[in-house]
Amino acid sequence: MLDNITLGQYLPGNSFLHRMDPRAKILLTVVMIVAVFTANTWIGYAGLFLFIGGTALLSRINLKFIIKGVKPIFYIILLTFFINLFFNSGETVLVEWGVVRITKEGLVNATFMALRLLLLVFCTQLLTLTTSPIALTDGLERLLKPLSKIGFPSHELAMMMSIALRFIPTLMEETDKIMKAQMARGADFESGNLINRAKAMLPLLVPLFVSAFRRADELAMAMEARCYRGGDNRTRMKVLKFTKVDAIAAAAVLAMTAFAIIF
Amino acid sequence: MSIEIRNLIHTYMAGGPFERTAIEDVSLTIEDGEFVGLIGHTGSGKSTLIMHLNGLIKPTSGSILVDGLDLMDKKTSLKDVRKKVGLVFQYPEYQLFEETILKDVMFGPKNLGLSDQEAEERARHALRQVGLADESMYEKSPFELSGGQKRRVAIAGVLAMKPTTLILDEPTAGLDPRGREEILSLIKRYHEEEKVTLIMVSHSMTDVSRLCSRILVMDHSRLVMNGTPDEVFMNGDRLMQAGLALPPCAELAERLRGAGFDIPADAYRPGELKQAILRSLGRGKSHA
Ligand SMILES: Nc1ncnc2c1ncn2[C@@H]1O[C@H](COP(=O)(O)OP(=O)(O)O)[C@@H](O)[C@H]1O
Ligand SMILES: [Mg+2]
Repeated sequence: MLDNITLGQYLPGNSFLHRMDPRAKILLTVVMIVAVFTANTWIGYAGLFLFIGGTALLSRINLKFIIKGVKPIFYIILLTFFINLFFNSGETVLVEWGVVRITKEGLVNATFMALRLLLLVFCTQLLTLTTSPIALTDGLERLLKPLSKIGFPSHELAMMMSIALRFIPTLMEETDKIMKAQMARGADFESGNLINRAKAMLPLLVPLFVSAFRRADELAMAMEARCYRGGDNRTRMKVLKFTKVDAIAAAAVLAMTAFAIIF
Repeated sequence: MSIEIRNLIHTYMAGGPFERTAIEDVSLTIEDGEFVGLIGHTGSGKSTLIMHLNGLIKPTSGSILVDGLDLMDKKTSLKDVRKKVGLVFQYPEYQLFEETILKDVMFGPKNLGLSDQEAEERARHALRQVGLADESMYEKSPFELSGGQKRRVAIAGVLAMKPTTLILDEPTAGLDPRGREEILSLIKRYHEEEKVTLIMVSHSMTDVSRLCSRILVMDHSRLVMNGTPDEVFMNGDRLMQAGLALPPCAELAERLRGAGFDIPADAYRPGELKQAILRSLGRGKSHA
């Protein structure tokens, strides 16, 4: 039942995208998101869709995985669409029915908003599906490094993130196991009203927290045993390097952004 | 209560890039009252197999009959099945959650719809069955107990549901020799007293050889051996191939046979092996 969460999952590979430097990927994803949110015409969105679709094909990831990422936020997209649709003060009225008033501008706006969210998910999916969590946090740490001069804990933040990412699958596995163990004891997680269902979570949550704390404790101990002392003067096994691939990608993304803003 | 598995196949995450077949075409029958050992190396599919037996996971294909109930049939109530088949997971102490030991053991019976009073009676009985007779500790938190005690409380939590088939997944994993001994002897006693069907998963040949009347061996998702202990131990090479080792006594018996001594096939436990050795040294009768 936990199998179908793909958000934040990494699919190993050796494509153009996989070979890019994580810093470049993070920065270019941010640029793409800016482009997605500034685009304001059908041509702009068509271009963005083609560009992101093309990138997805280049990544050689099964498109199913990218589309599946929409699932968890599908209702948010739907809600955004309807809010924009109903609460918009446009001129050209299409339908008027009591308090409900749908205008042409509202419809266009709502569609753009939904498209933006959709493209936002696709962009971030492409980033996380082609970048291992370690590379991702590594890239983020390097990008935030300049901020540590003003006291921003960039290394600590990156370490926390990588630990959290590392333990997501473990915790999911554990949840699955404990859930099954309690179901074998007759626990029922699926039926009943909201209060009963919340109560039924107790046999799952207590063991989960106990084991998460135990794991945290063990990990802290293991890190200290290996003399972990924070990020100062730490060298890395894999030194990040920008290559030609990153330059090509940057050029393509910048051209796309210009296109989306101009049209 | 009998269990019948026909051509069971289970594939995790079918269709995805991480697809993995954990059970490949397994068929077997377990009769009422049997004590069966299920053995295999880590990752051979033992846990996956037993989780099918009370409907916690669904087969990709194949059929499972538990006491005549078809688990693939949508109309079969899983609650009925879980009432009959008690499953103690590996490291069951990690599932403890209640404030007190007694309450934790009562969790299962209460889920079956029993009254508080009845559930408490069953819980006390189950706790005595696992050797926790000291009633003063029943109101303590389960988190205060030692590892071995926690595990016994967790086992009691399943026994209190009075299953007619009891399945234990590696019940001695991670225990010291004494804790191991205690758990094994309580399982043996429970099987004799309650006449339940018992399936014990293990990767220790020694544990299995001491208790079980039949051994199932899994290797790489397949059931590769199914027979009495002496039948299985006669085939030491195949066991080695499956990543398992003969119990020390069976290995010694085999080496003695290889050196020309007359050791019967059923001498794989310390007691029987001692008799057989003494007998072949010509001193059997006087010391027996
Ligand atoms: N929830 C799961 N999702 C995906 N793969 C799993 C899951 N549980 C077990 N597996 C895989 O199935 C195989 C059999 O596992 P398991 O039945 O736990 O073996 P055993 O109990 O004999 O050690 C292993 O390779 C394991 O990685
Ligand atoms: Mg297992």
